[in-house]
Amino acid sequence: MIRVQSEDFDPGAEIARLSGLGPATGAVASFLGLVRGDDDLVAMTLEHYPGMTERQLASIEEEARRRWKLLDVSIIHRFGRLLPGDRIVLVVVASSHRGEAFAACEFLMDWLKTKAPFWKLEERSGHEDWVAAKSDDEQRSDRW
Amino acid sequence: MKILYFAWLRSKIGTGEEDLTPPADVVTVGQIMAWLSTRSPGHAEAFAKPALIRAAVNQDFAGLDQPVGADDELAFFPPVTGG
Repeated sequence: MIRVQSEDFDPGAEIARLSGLGPATGAVASFLGLVRGDDDLVAMTLEHYPGMTERQLASIEEEARRRWKLLDVSIIHRFGRLLPGDRIVLVVVASSHRGEAFAACEFLMDWLKTKAPFWKLEERSGHEDWVAAKSDDEQRSDRW
Repeated sequence: MKILYFAWLRSKIGTGEEDLTPPADVVTVGQIMAWLSTRSPGHAEAFAKPALIRAAVNQDFAGLDQPVGADDELAFFPPVTGG
């Protein structure tokens, strides 16, 4: 399931949903990303490309399902103006064994970082700056 | 052709969307970038460093050599920073 939304989400409810799929489920791994409030960050605004975002996330999910035997995948990503501590992104993966769940969850986050069309605008006292892409994120994405 | 701009490209150009018809000999993503950069000082500034720009045709990532047709949706944006 893929959701791109401005409103907040409930990670516990999503983990519970993927835990209740049936007896084949032996592992549920999740990653929750938050707005880090360092260097006097006031707010962060996430812009995205409606349509392409959903399309890219679907193709990343499809690739994860090709590589690992997964029972379900949930990706929720927010856009709009967020404050330090706010939830940004949730990835939950259900599988029979922990190996697939851990690996697929990390893969999904690494690919999402470099392939899903989101951009971050950081607000600090008196000025706004677009966040530049990190070469470290590119390397983490390329190792898969 | 529908052309979309995101993040700092949108701020520099001053709009998020334009409906334009490039000249007949301007066919690929790279040629359209070069042509757009002549349209205004804002466009010139936005496209000044082509290495910092990514493109998508019909919502899939596209290279500079990809041809773009009149009915296609073309988008320009910086490298993505989600997650």
